[in-house]
Amino acid sequence: MDVQLKVRRQNPEAEGTPYWKEYALEVPDHFTLLDALIQVREEVDETLSLRCSCRSHICGSCSMRVNGHANLACKTKLSDIHSDTVTVEPMGNMPVIKDLVVDLEPFWKKLYSIDPYLQPAGEVPEREYVVPADSMLHLDGVVNCIMCGACVSDCESLSVNPIFIGPTAFAKEYRFIMDPRDAADTQRLMQMNGPGGVWDCTHCFQCVEVCPKDVAPMDRIMAMRKMLVDDGLAEKHNGARRQKAFTDIVGRYGRLDETRYLMKSVTMVELAGYAKVGLRSMTHGKLPPLRPHRIPDAARIRRIFERTRSTQRRRFKLHQQAQEGSPV
Amino acid sequence: MTTYAFYPGCVAKGGAPELYQSMVAVGEKLGFSLSELTGAACTGAGVISERDPLAGDVVNTRTFAMAEQLGHPIMTICSTCTGVMAQVASRVNRDEAYRREVNQYLTDEGLEYRGTTEVKHLLWVLVEDYGLDRLKELVVRPLAGVRLAPFYGCYIVRPSSAVDPLTAGREGYLEQVITALGADPVEEYRGKDKCCGFPLLETNKKSSLALTGKRLDEAREVSADALVTPCPLCHLNLDGQQPDTPSASTAPSMPILHLPQAIGLAIGIAPERLGLGRHIIDTKGFMAKLAVAG
Repeated sequence: MDVQLKVRRQNPEAEGTPYWKEYALEVPDHFTLLDALIQVREEVDETLSLRCSCRSHICGSCSMRVNGHANLACKTKLSDIHSDTVTVEPMGNMPVIKDLVVDLEPFWKKLYSIDPYLQPAGEVPEREYVVPADSMLHLDGVVNCIMCGACVSDCESLSVNPIFIGPTAFAKEYRFIMDPRDAADTQRLMQMNGPGGVWDCTHCFQCVEVCPKDVAPMDRIMAMRKMLVDDGLAEKHNGARRQKAFTDIVGRYGRLDETRYLMKSVTMVELAGYAKVGLRSMTHGKLPPLRPHRIPDAARIRRIFERTRSTQRRRFKLHQQAQEGSPV
Repeated sequence: MTTYAFYPGCVAKGGAPELYQSMVAVGEKLGFSLSELTGAACTGAGVISERDPLAGDVVNTRTFAMAEQLGHPIMTICSTCTGVMAQVASRVNRDEAYRREVNQYLTDEGLEYRGTTEVKHLLWVLVEDYGLDRLKELVVRPLAGVRLAPFYGCYIVRPSSAVDPLTAGREGYLEQVITALGADPVEEYRGKDKCCGFPLLETNKKSSLALTGKRLDEAREVSADALVTPCPLCHLNLDGQQPDTPSASTAPSMPILHLPQAIGLAIGIAPERLGLGRHIIDTKGFMAKLAVAG
């Protein structure tokens, strides 16, 4: 099969600006993008730099952007790509060292910042910790993370907010918060509550989409937002305010009313900053009706909210169970 | 012609009334049969499910059950509504045991969802049900000479496990519709499937506006004359917040059209009926360019 690769090359050390280089290859049908890039390096252009190791999507070394989206080159079969040219770029949100090799230092720093190790309470048991199977099984997806950086590469929030902790570290944090042996969950959640924390996620699904291991970082971020609110740790945060405002308004009217929602979601000082926007909306006939539409039977929606909330369970923690003496 | 259970969404009835107005006008002209689901609740836009995932699923399943009773597929005009519903459908349609659990909360209303309701955005309806050839036949005023960049909105393209644009071939629908209307669909626009920043507005306004500005700057880079979006929430930021984006004071303004407005212009509906005067970013310059080109 013939393939046309268009690779973004750069050598910042030599003060080179990025440029595109195209390679036309003939490769076997079963080739992955990584196979093709290695062929380029070995047979066409030995100056092409890339990272790779296992070639079987477990080491996480060969993440790069393929046709605009991050993926593992070794997991990308060329026969599955339908474009005439395959565009290959280094990962985003990270400085380029050379060609497809990026500097992962910022990535690791963010990961270390969340204390990515187990912090149990009390004496270390003589034998292993014993936990009920169903308190660990739900971590099945999140422990599959191979630290490839694909989610961080395509993270929209990180692209405008450098202090954003980022999807890999959030997924790891969730993994420990939900681990029944870890006792630092409150401190961990509080760290997620500050600047750069879970409330700075823009909910764009990019990390969920590009993750080659179905870790679903954004789903973990949303779960931590819920824990922050449920544990009463985020009461003064706009993130908690907006959740409450949204459900209160929809519970009352069945629909969202944007004016009330904004008024209840931000502080008074911030609200003043929206006066201009309100005025603009009013003069353009865009201000939502002052008395919002109410759906018939809106009370039923509130009742649904009340009934579903009563079914929710607390996180299972070994140290709390030991204190409370309840059976496993 | 199929009748659709029409789900306009809160924003089309609130902060972006021009969307509802233009959809009704376009629907009449295209001969759509729309039966509005007036009793359906908000999808939650990802916020209700953040606070309580089960509540989000129940409220949307309630809407599916209402449409199922009517025997019609749902048509939406909002990427976010579409995506939230698609995510809920991917759970309750595929998992019968879970559907039973969710249905428990609906029995007191006499509703039970059997897992058969199809949810389609207007964009999908146009290409898959109505047909672009039929749409082209109605074009009386081709939007020739203007560059309309597509702006999908995250929820209508991701996560693919729920909306699956690739398998369904939905990846380039917006470009196809723009082409059918006679305009240039600015294929090289990088921002088309990226984030408008809207979900961050209350929690990190600076990042929110930075993302909005980035999408607008990307559109300016490729000399787009306007953006077309199937998502009114994106419109709230791209249009409503545009004057407050970082480059607004120095860069030219970028008009943002709702999908039905772009269609309406091409099929000869008067701009006033499409609510083009109800935008924060003036559309007069764009209309003038269209007139010159036409």
